[in-house]
Amino acid sequence: MTHTDWPLWEVFVRSRRGLSHTHAGSLHAPDAELALRNARDLYTRRGEGISIWVVPSSAVTASSPDEKDPFFEPAADKPYRHPTFYEIPEGVQHL
Amino acid sequence: MTTTHAAEAPPPDAPDGLQEHFDATIARDQRIEPRDWMPDGYRRTLIRQIAQHAHSEIIGMQPEGEWITRAPSLRRKAILFAKVQDEAGHGLYLYSAAETLGADRDDLTQRLIEGRQKYSSIFNYPTLSFADVGVIGWFVDGAAICNQVPLCRSSYGPYARAMVRICKEESFHQRQGYELLMTMMRGTDAQREMVQDAVDRWWWPSLMMFGPPDDASPNSARSMAWKIKRHSNDELRRRFVDMTVPQAEKLGVTLPDPELRWNEEAGHHDFGTPDWDELMRVIKGDGPCNDRRMERRRTAHEEGAWVREAATAHAAKQAARARKGAAA
Repeated sequence: MTHTDWPLWEVFVRSRRGLSHTHAGSLHAPDAELALRNARDLYTRRGEGISIWVVPSSAVTASSPDEKDPFFEPAADKPYRHPTFYEIPEGVQHL
Repeated sequence: MTTTHAAEAPPPDAPDGLQEHFDATIARDQRIEPRDWMPDGYRRTLIRQIAQHAHSEIIGMQPEGEWITRAPSLRRKAILFAKVQDEAGHGLYLYSAAETLGADRDDLTQRLIEGRQKYSSIFNYPTLSFADVGVIGWFVDGAAICNQVPLCRSSYGPYARAMVRICKEESFHQRQGYELLMTMMRGTDAQREMVQDAVDRWWWPSLMMFGPPDDASPNSARSMAWKIKRHSNDELRRRFVDMTVPQAEKLGVTLPDPELRWNEEAGHHDFGTPDWDELMRVIKGDGPCNDRRMERRRTAHEEGAWVREAATAHAAKQAARARKGAAA
């Protein structure tokens, strides 16, 4: 028996009113076109979305859980990145 | 997110407090994700459980699939078709979840075909009338829901997320099945007899879907400590009985258990003991349809090999053309 080794694809779906594509799952397919068709059948059969992206899993680089803290820590010395940094006098409207 | 690095697990003697970190994550009821460190046993148990769950969805297409060409109306045929299509989808979600643990789907399929991995005992029973289709929806999907709703909180993230989606569709199937039986019960005497006969044949096998009793379930304690499972087999079985008895009354069928009665004090139903010897025989491959189910799956795999090869060759050719086009 031959091992056909179809690659793994990650599927992203944008819902009808959705702003962004959301990761829906993954599947195996020989090429992008069949990955798209299978994703349509598998993930959007009940009106879940109107746009699909398929991406070969091998093309995804993920952050490592080991560096979770330093990688995502908001820089403590840059408080001006947050809206709460800015003081507005009371009574000023529409700001 | 699925990653291709999941297989690179550190050695079992976890270095640098990884084990403590894992234990703390479980204790806080947080999810383990594919790239997090996890104990080898946790990974192996999950691969086994998720793969067997996936296999069950795929083999489970057969008993009902047998009635697609014989469905009594176009409406029932379309419903059954859609349901079997959903089962295929559930199989794919689950194989995807297993792959985040470093398992390979082709390899899992091979294990199924060689009988090295199991699937749910329930699919080794034959579907003898169209009422069986309804009873499978009601009992088998109902039992699956009892089992799977708590799995939506399973400690392994990809498994839990797959279960959320699957549970939605299973409860929809359960309604389909119950509605089919309701329709038959409003029909002729012969139709009512078909329903009762199907109930009589599927009741005990459905109770066995929850697995052996707690004192004979080797993997349970560890799976519960790891929060892969949230309730014991016996607990879930009792929940299923409590849920199903009033549904049976409403439908107008009896459940084939003389010991079944409400226990006011316990607040649950008392019920008889399933034939555990039968369950063991079915799991070991000696049930009514084991050979037929496996033979069908094996034949589909072997006779489909040339189609898979054709698709792979076509994809390679298209990719080569695209490269040439880009170079020109």
